Amino acid sequence: MKALVMQPDKCTSCLQCEMACTFEHEGVFNPARSRIKVFEFEHGALNVPYACTQCEEAWCLHACPTNAITINDATGAKVVNDDKCVGCKVCTIACPYGTINYRPETGKVAKCDLCDGNPACVEACPTGAITYQ
Amino acid sequence: MSWQNKVLFVDLTANRCWSEPLNQRWAEKYVGTRGLGTRYLMDLIDPSVDPMSPENVLIFATGPLTGTSCSTSGRWTAICKSPLTNSIGSANSGGKFGAELKFAGYDLLIVKGRAKQPVYLFIDDDNVEIRPADMWGQSVWEADEAIRKEVADPNIKIAAIGQSGENGARIACIVNDLHRAAGRCGVGAVMGSKQLKAVAVRGSQGVGNVADPKRFMQLNTEIKAKVAADKGRQGMTRNGTHAMLSSMQAFGGLPTRNFREVQFEGADKIDHVAARTATDTGHVNLQTNKACFGCTIACGRIAKIDPEHFSVKDRPQYHTASGGLEYETAYAFGPVVGVDDIDALTFAAFVTNEYGLDPISFGVTLAAAMELHELGVLPAELTDGIELKFGSAEALCVMAEKTGKAEGFGVELGMGAKRLTEKYGHPELFMGSKGQEFAGYDARAMQGMGLGYATSNRGACHLKHDVFSQDMKDHTSNGKAEPCKRTQDIISAVDATGLCLFINGYQSFEDFAALMDAACGGWDADKLQLTGERIWNLEKLFNLKAGLTRADDSLPPRMLNDAVPTGSAKGSVCELDKLLDEYYELRGWNPDSTIKADTLARLGLTELA
Repeated sequence: MKALVMQPDKCTSCLQCEMACTFEHEGVFNPARSRIKVFEFEHGALNVPYACTQCEEAWCLHACPTNAITINDATGAKVVNDDKCVGCKVCTIACPYGTINYRPETGKVAKCDLCDGNPACVEACPTGAITYQ
Repeated sequence: MSWQNKVLFVDLTANRCWSEPLNQRWAEKYVGTRGLGTRYLMDLIDPSVDPMSPENVLIFATGPLTGTSCSTSGRWTAICKSPLTNSIGSANSGGKFGAELKFAGYDLLIVKGRAKQPVYLFIDDDNVEIRPADMWGQSVWEADEAIRKEVADPNIKIAAIGQSGENGARIACIVNDLHRAAGRCGVGAVMGSKQLKAVAVRGSQGVGNVADPKRFMQLNTEIKAKVAADKGRQGMTRNGTHAMLSSMQAFGGLPTRNFREVQFEGADKIDHVAARTATDTGHVNLQTNKACFGCTIACGRIAKIDPEHFSVKDRPQYHTASGGLEYETAYAFGPVVGVDDIDALTFAAFVTNEYGLDPISFGVTLAAAMELHELGVLPAELTDGIELKFGSAEALCVMAEKTGKAEGFGVELGMGAKRLTEKYGHPELFMGSKGQEFAGYDARAMQGMGLGYATSNRGACHLKHDVFSQDMKDHTSNGKAEPCKRTQDIISAVDATGLCLFINGYQSFEDFAALMDAACGGWDADKLQLTGERIWNLEKLFNLKAGLTRADDSLPPRMLNDAVPTGSAKGSVCELDKLLDEYYELRGWNPDSTIKADTLARLGLTELA
C-alpha cells in the first residue's frame, strides 16, 4: 500500500499543497481548512508538511460510535463518510496526531482521504517534498 | 471574479471598524494592490496632505489573484502618501500575510486617523478588534511573539512595525511574517504615526469565487510546469537574487562607496558563492531557501550568522536562522558602504527586519554619512563615538541597530539620505530620486535604469520597470525610453494582479492575462497592458496633485556629470534630459511632465485630473 511521504528538507512552505487539498475537497483555496498542514520552525529554516498517516491500527476508526470511518480497500485510506458522521468529535480525541478535525461550518469531521489514490497535494508540490509511494 | 468584494475600514480616531462592498467599477479599472489601493487613496485623501498627519490613509491591498493557487500568489501592497518622497507611497511584500487578509474575506484594509493610545488590529474573519498594543516599544520580532501569545493562535499572520516606525523614521518599513517587508517609501513611519503597532489576521473563508475553476486549474498546471522547467527560474531558486552581485561586479554597475565607484574589490567575499561556502571555522551562511505564499520559485534566503562573529558573540538570540542576504540587502550593506564581512551584512539584514527598516534606504543613507565623515563633516563626536568609515563592519552593525531602535545618531540616519545630506550641507551626496535612495544598480552604467529611477512614481526604484536586457547590451541612452515606458505599464499590471513580478520572466504576459481571464472573466493581454498604463498614470496624477513637477524626475549630479570610472561602461554618464524628453513624448505627457488631456481621456482618467 502506498503512503504520503514527507521530506521536510525539501519543503519551502509555499502552501501549494494546502491550496490543492482544499480545492480538491471543497472547491476553494483555503489553508485554514486544509487536511495537510505545513508547520514552520525557526523563521522558516525548517518547514514540515504533515497529514494523516493512515495508521494501520486506526484509533479514529475504532473510536467512532456510528461507524462513519471506513477503509478504502484500494488505497488503505481511512475515510470519513459524511452521511454517517454526527460530529461527536470522539475521533478527534482518539487520534494521537491531531490530523482529524471538527469543522464547525459542516458539523462533521474531515481528514485526509488520499484523494482516492491520486493525492492533489503531491501533484501540487513544486519541490518533491510530498510524494506518494 | 476572484475579488472578495469587501473592504475593511478602520478609523483609529473614532475607534471604529466597518466593512463596505468593494467598488466593482474601480476593481475592473485598477484591478488590485497598488492600482486599486491608489484609486481608493485618491478618493480618501488630498494628495497635498502631510504624510505624517492623521489625514493620511494607510491601505493594505491584495489583488484578485492573491491567495489563489497561481505561483507567487502571496503579494500585497501597502499604499499611502509617502513621508520619504511626498509622492505616492507604494510598497509591495510577500510572505503569508496578504493571502491571509484575503482569506479573512477582504480585498483591502483601509486604516484612517490616529489612535489615542498605541493599538494593534486583530482580524479573525468578520471579528475585527482594535486592541491596546502593550507591545509598543518592542521590536517586530518581540511584538510578533507577544501577539501570537495573546491571541493563542500559532497560525495568525502578523504585519508590524519596529521602534523606527514608532518614532517616525522616514525609512521605516512594515515587516510581515518576521522577514518579508513592504520596504520602501517609509510606509512603516505612516503606520507608526497612526499609533498602529501591528495588524494580526486570521482568515478561514478562503478564496472560492474563481470565474472558471476548471480552466484556471488547467492553466495553472501548464504555467507552473513551464516555470519549473525554466533555467532562469532554477538559478533563482538556487541562488536567489543574491547572484546579481557578481553579475553587477563583472559588468561594472555595482554601486560602491556611495556610488563613487561601480566595482567593489570585496565582492567575492559577500556574493552568493561565499554565502554557501564553509569558512575556516566550518560555518556556512546560507541554510536553505524559502517561499512566500504560493510561490514555486522560493528565492528567499534563510541564513545563520557565525556565532563567533563580533556582532552576535554572547547574543544567542541571533544564533538561530532568519531571513538572509538577497541582492539588495547584500548591495546596501556591502559595496555601497564598502563592507566585505558577510556576517556583518547578515547581521544588518537580521536587525533591519527585526526593527523594521528599509535595508536599501538604510544602507545608502549610511553610505552618505560615510562620505560626509570622509569630508570631515561628520566626525565621530557627532556619531555616538563611532567612526563612520567606508568599510567599517562595526559602523554598519552598530548603526543598523541604533537606527532600528531610533537611538542616538540612528535617529538622524532614520530620516534618510536626502534629509541627512541637506542637514550637513551636502545635498549633492544624496544618491536617489524624489527623496528615495537608489537600489543596487548604477544609473550611468545602466541608462534605462537611470530613467526608471527618475520617473518611478514612488521615488527611485529598480522594480517598476525592466530594461535589464537592453541595459546589459549597451551603455548608451539610445532605445532605452521605449522599453522603460512599456515595462512600467506591464509591471504595474503584474503587480496589480497580486502575483510577484519575479515570475514575470518565467511566464509570459499572455499567461498573466489568461490567468486573470479564468479567475475574473473578461481579460486579455491588451486590456491588461492598458490597465497597467492607467495605473501608472493614476499614480502620476497623485504626484502631480501632490505638487511634484519635472524637476522631481531627477538624478543627483554624480549620475549626470561624473563619468563611470571603471568597468564596461567606463566614461558613461546618464543622459537623463534627453531620455526624459523622449519618455514624456512616448507617455503622451507634456514636456513639463503634466499629462495631456487626450492621454487622460484614452485611459479613462479625465474625471480625476
